[in-house]
Amino acid sequence: MPEQKNQEEEFREIEITVFRYNPQDKTSTPEYQTYTLTETPGMTLYIALSKLWATQDHSLSFDFVCRAGICGSCSMVVNGKPRLACKTRTNEFKDGKITLLPLPAFKHIKDLSVDTGNWMNGMSKKVESWIHAKEETDNSVLEKPVEPEVADAVFELDRCIECGICLASCSTKIMNDDFIGAVGLNRSARFAIDPHDERSDEDFYELIGDDNGIFGCMSLMGCEDHCPKDLPLQTKIAYMRRKMVKL
Amino acid sequence: MSQQDSTIELLTGRNRLNKKSRVPARLDFLQSVTGLILALFILFHILFESSILFGKDAMYTLTKLFEGEPFIEGGEPLIISVLAFVIFAVFILHALIAMRKFPSSYREYQRYRAHSKLLKHSDTNLWFIQISTGFMMFFLGSIHLYTMMTQPQNIGPFASSDRVYSDVAWPMYLMLLVSVVLHAGVGVYRLIIKWGVLDGNDPRANRKISRKVMKAAVLFYLLVGIASLFAYMKIGYEHQNEYGGRYMEKSK
Repeated sequence: MPEQKNQEEEFREIEITVFRYNPQDKTSTPEYQTYTLTETPGMTLYIALSKLWATQDHSLSFDFVCRAGICGSCSMVVNGKPRLACKTRTNEFKDGKITLLPLPAFKHIKDLSVDTGNWMNGMSKKVESWIHAKEETDNSVLEKPVEPEVADAVFELDRCIECGICLASCSTKIMNDDFIGAVGLNRSARFAIDPHDERSDEDFYELIGDDNGIFGCMSLMGCEDHCPKDLPLQTKIAYMRRKMVKL
Repeated sequence: MSQQDSTIELLTGRNRLNKKSRVPARLDFLQSVTGLILALFILFHILFESSILFGKDAMYTLTKLFEGEPFIEGGEPLIISVLAFVIFAVFILHALIAMRKFPSSYREYQRYRAHSKLLKHSDTNLWFIQISTGFMMFFLGSIHLYTMMTQPQNIGPFASSDRVYSDVAWPMYLMLLVSVVLHAGVGVYRLIIKWGVLDGNDPRANRKISRKVMKAAVLFYLLVGIASLFAYMKIGYEHQNEYGGRYMEKSK
């Protein structure tokens, strides 16, 4: 079958170097391990890692759920840049060499797997990430109408998938583990512009008005430049800063 | 703040009304305001100082103007002392507030540097320029401002050139020039982003424009500053045998 042979010859070999370490295992030492893999058309890093796991190394740990850039589970550092593995194609790396690291700024579980969930849960509690209204919501009654532009603005910020990439790109978070980062400030902005939420600026100050909140942000824009959902983090952080400084 | 109030904040992180302190907000704003004042000052300072490129007379006239010559005969260098004192006060305040953002331990510094080298992100790298130049200016800026406060009479085509060349101040001025221009340029760009002042309808495109303008301004000011320093050195070299002599206007 000469045609099939030609097609196979076009597929290149790629080298994937992975950070390996298991902090749970006292005998484990941090190291880089390189795997060689045949690239297939349309291959994403998620597919490549799954293939490595299935065919070469069952001890390799990494996270994924949706495979469609929605769940935010497969964030990792790809050649220095925090990205979603499921949305990163291997063919964009021309030399075929890819180095994968776990996200910094989160608790390391093993290899490429980190615990973003507990951190995000803590952040949600810190910024009280839910609608605050004086009257109890009656679910049997229709919500008060909201202007379409305002609803769009809220929905836009609701697109955050809590992948942790903004935090892994943030110098402040790297130096101060308690910093709530762009994900937390974006969440505050989301509720601050939502007319259903009755909290005042003073109320938001109590949640984000310190160096672990809005005043910790140094405007280095790592969050804005790496966010896989292209959220308007630059403008929303500035929006919250202007509000908080006026108080 | 009374002793009791500060103890309450020590124990609870909050004030008597169970509210968070507003001090972080004031510090954040004050850092930006003092930075902006200093950046605007330096913007004009380097241009005025470059008057030497238009000749000794131009520099002399401008110096006397700042000494209030239109109103005071012969000029009063004390005016420069007062101005230097005010700038020094703003400079110290800005340094004091901005210092709180510096990596303050080995762990913080190691994490920041390793992370920024990994990330290779332009604005994160710009911040390294800011903290490095800021640190250098603790010393260089202080030397320059103290000299201006205490020896305001030694400003002029010959006096300044003697200081630059014969008193070997040029290495300090060269380092100060590079530090202050980079620090101010990056600082103003970051202020624009931080407060969203030029966001407009397309904040991402406007950020790119701000970056380009910042780079062009830094380059322009570096060139003007270096050319001026070179001019002072040339005059100082030619004037070394008459060290200490003061310039007299040709017309006089």
